[in-house]
Amino acid sequence: MMAELGQFAIALALALALVQGSVPLVGAHRGDRRLMALARPLAQAQFVLLVFAFAALAWSFLTHDFSVRNVAQNSFSQLPAMYRFTATWGSHEGSLLLWTVILAGWSAAVSVFARQLPEEMVARVLGVMGLVSVGFLALLLLTSSPFERLFPIPADGRDLNPLLQDLGMVSHPPLLYMGYVGFSVAFAFAVAALLSGRLDAAWARWSRPWTTTAWTFLTLGVGLGSWWAYRELGWGGWWFWDPTENASLMPWLAGTALIHALAATEKRGVLGNWTVLLAIATFSLSLLGTFLVRSGVLSSVHAFATDPTRGLFILVFLGLVIGGSLTLYALRAPRMMGGGSFAWFSRESLLLANNVFLVAALGAVLLGTLYPLFLDALGLGKISVGPPYFNAVFVPLVAPVLFLVGVGPLARWKQADLPDLIWRLKWAFAVALVTAALLPLTLDGVNLQATLGLFLALWILFTVLKGFAVRLQHHRGSRIRQLARLPRAFWGMQFAHAGLALLVIGVTLVSNYETERDVRMPIGSHLDLAGYRFVFQGVEEVPGPNYLAGRGTMEVTGPWGRSFTLYPEKRNYNASGMIMTQAAVNYGPFRDVYVSLGDPLGDGAWTVRVYHKPFVAWLWAGTLFLALGGGLAAADRRYRVTVRRRSAPAPATDPLRSAAGEGAA
Amino acid sequence: MSRCFGLILLLACLIPAPGVGSVPAVPNADDPALEARLSHLAEDLRCVVCQNESLAESRASLALDLREEIREMMRTGMSDDAVVASLVARYGDFVLYRPPVKPLTYVLWGGPPAFLLLGIALALATLHRRRTLRTPSDVSPEALREAAQLLRSDDSNHPGSPIASGVASRPSHQEER
Amino acid sequence: MRRWAPLLVFVALGVFLYFGLYLNPKEVPSPLVGRPAPDFTLPVVGRPGETFSPAEVRGEVWLLNIWAPWCSVCLEEHKHLPRMVGDRVPVYGLTWKDLDREAAPMLARNGSPYVAAVDDRDGRIAIRFGVTVTPETFVIDRDGMIRMKHVGAITPAVWQTKFEPLLKELGA
Repeated sequence: MMAELGQFAIALALALALVQGSVPLVGAHRGDRRLMALARPLAQAQFVLLVFAFAALAWSFLTHDFSVRNVAQNSFSQLPAMYRFTATWGSHEGSLLLWTVILAGWSAAVSVFARQLPEEMVARVLGVMGLVSVGFLALLLLTSSPFERLFPIPADGRDLNPLLQDLGMVSHPPLLYMGYVGFSVAFAFAVAALLSGRLDAAWARWSRPWTTTAWTFLTLGVGLGSWWAYRELGWGGWWFWDPTENASLMPWLAGTALIHALAATEKRGVLGNWTVLLAIATFSLSLLGTFLVRSGVLSSVHAFATDPTRGLFILVFLGLVIGGSLTLYALRAPRMMGGGSFAWFSRESLLLANNVFLVAALGAVLLGTLYPLFLDALGLGKISVGPPYFNAVFVPLVAPVLFLVGVGPLARWKQADLPDLIWRLKWAFAVALVTAALLPLTLDGVNLQATLGLFLALWILFTVLKGFAVRLQHHRGSRIRQLARLPRAFWGMQFAHAGLALLVIGVTLVSNYETERDVRMPIGSHLDLAGYRFVFQGVEEVPGPNYLAGRGTMEVTGPWGRSFTLYPEKRNYNASGMIMTQAAVNYGPFRDVYVSLGDPLGDGAWTVRVYHKPFVAWLWAGTLFLALGGGLAAADRRYRVTVRRRSAPAPATDPLRSAAGEGAA
Repeated sequence: MSRCFGLILLLACLIPAPGVGSVPAVPNADDPALEARLSHLAEDLRCVVCQNESLAESRASLALDLREEIREMMRTGMSDDAVVASLVARYGDFVLYRPPVKPLTYVLWGGPPAFLLLGIALALATLHRRRTLRTPSDVSPEALREAAQLLRSDDSNHPGSPIASGVASRPSHQEER
Repeated sequence: MRRWAPLLVFVALGVFLYFGLYLNPKEVPSPLVGRPAPDFTLPVVGRPGETFSPAEVRGEVWLLNIWAPWCSVCLEEHKHLPRMVGDRVPVYGLTWKDLDREAAPMLARNGSPYVAAVDDRDGRIAIRFGVTVTPETFVIDRDGMIRMKHVGAITPAVWQTKFEPLLKELGA
């Protein structure tokens, strides 16, 4: 019964989305307030319906309703409750449903928190989001119904893919989708701006907190995906340049470029056309990511079903959304150049440079990801484009951006003084360079990669500190109070940039100084690695909830005598018979110790892989800092101040509730 | 390896690992120099069955066999290039994670630098127009700088106005980009 | 014109993605097609003391089918293979990594679709044929050249469209 109600709720939501995607747009075009006013209640009703549908599916999973095909294929009687719940979005159908729920959630958020925008703007934004929703709901209903019944009813389910039975997978998809779909708000604002012909600083200010919030979620989503891969794939890699990962990296790069371009548009009214194009591109890349993952055109780690019908449906939808918006861009982008002038060296020009490198890096990732497909489609054979290619082209394009991170925030708008800036940053530069050159010498000799990475990270950290110093030098009073009074947007930027530095440190050190051993270990044998002694105590059988594990015991003694025990497992899942390696990790601020079981050799001996990963935690700490920075920036006061000023005629319901502030919390 | 297992078992019949215990263990450090050479080489090779994992990482049964094959080739004194060439002869360029530079991949390798150059060209064009924007010929650069100085003094932390300086908001009649 | 450029880029991308939908990412063409089949001499499964080498069928068009006893699709293929092939060409089997020695009893029990199946216990010969998945079937011509490689089970449709025309061309 629940399944049918859920299905009905989706159908009803589609009907509402059709109205939301048409009537308010017509209203905005004709200036008819009654039609425009429909947008908000429709968006909210759609959200309620889809939350209900989602709850119905979750209910089917939690209560083991194997008569629902989706449940039968992705759950199992022995599956723990937490994973039964997350299995709701573990399948193609479920993840699409989650996508639509989140889209409706963002629409509802816009309808609630954007109270003070001009009515036409809200109507257009929600109208565009309604159209996007129509596409996804139709996809859900026509090609991938999550509630399809199964007859005869199977006695038990086939279990959730064991790879997805992990903590990282619990929160990774929702966060990633919050980011992907969140960019639909920026997209809708861009399309609304093109429709209304208002591509100015006010537009940038309205869309900026939403964009930053979406970016924050995407950052967390990508970071968690990486953490999941690290924990679950059994050898401690954290980035594979896999098409699925690239699909999430591309919108992130575009989104990063976008939030920087928006800064220039908001502050100075410049680069409006470029910013609007980036907003379209960012959401388009989110859709492209969905297409790539869901259609199976690219072979990927994450073995999703290949189904040309679905793929074709998504592609047609993609064509309508992206093609339509780009056509609109071609027709409606202002021919006038808005905003003021700026010099060749200024905050604006540095933001422009940031965008050039980020977009070039994005282009490289896109090219590398799709190139095998291009050649194949042209009948020119199959090739692989893997990590060696991406590392070779991505690093040189991103290193300049990292360097600019140190310069940009200190440069003035309109015209900056280069000699003065060089003078002020000379120590930061020199100390970072010397430290970065000497540090690798103390470890294992000259290592240019490590030097480059460390230099960029230290450079960013020093210039972040310099940024605080510059902000404080003209003020009086206690330092603490001054710091507290700095705008949240500034804090956000500083946090995010510092996070980038931490991330670079993590990446640099773990890539260059990681050590590993792949050994045979009889019971009682020992191994020394990076100051740690590992003693293997054998493997015993331990039943899990829905698997049988061979659990190894590894006693580890650290360099200062601290000891701990790790229990790496080799699991055989009952339903699928899949064998999984569950690595055991001892996390630490300066190193992770990572052990994974290989294969038994007889007499209780096993092959074992042991890794020492210095500073790998900094990678994820950096991601958290980036996200924290994004959250702070989105919560900046000035977005509310404008709101209050603009709301003069209609008393605001609650001017302090900034949309972005709520979203980022 | 888990990735491989996932793929393998989901696709009807790829190569399931032969019963646990029958996979030959990785001979560790029999010859550390050769092993280092192998793992260096295997980083850039694709585990052909896993579809998206390098030969170095993979513990799929075929990957183990292929590594053993490479070891054997290395022991017979073949150079790294010769080993790679013999793998390409059997599996095609598909086995290489670093696509060789040849006419088919010119676009792939040339693309990123081309994107950068294109971006720089567009940015320079924008910069050029922005610098010369609304600069009447009779106003000297010195005067402009002074004016900019004046404007700059109040352009940050200006919560009220969406555009920092009033002058800037007037649209010009120049085509952008 | 400049503002139409993004749309043009997207349309070009869309065309590729459309064609991409109908490609099989798992199907990798073999560079061995058009090259001589790798040579080997291996013991025949279930016939102790007997060996087989491609040299013995030089001058004939023949099929080499790589299979494994643990591969359910291969076993399914075995049931239909004789009906499709008839006696047009001899089919030889390459038994890949039969570590538990199940192949001989299995073929005896179910009936063997092969003239002879050789035992590639350590999988080295299969690697020379660039094996990725089982089953794989090679068509080898009278000069010992590989003319085609088919990945996956041979269905009647595949046999009609891919194998029949080629065999006709090769005069088998």
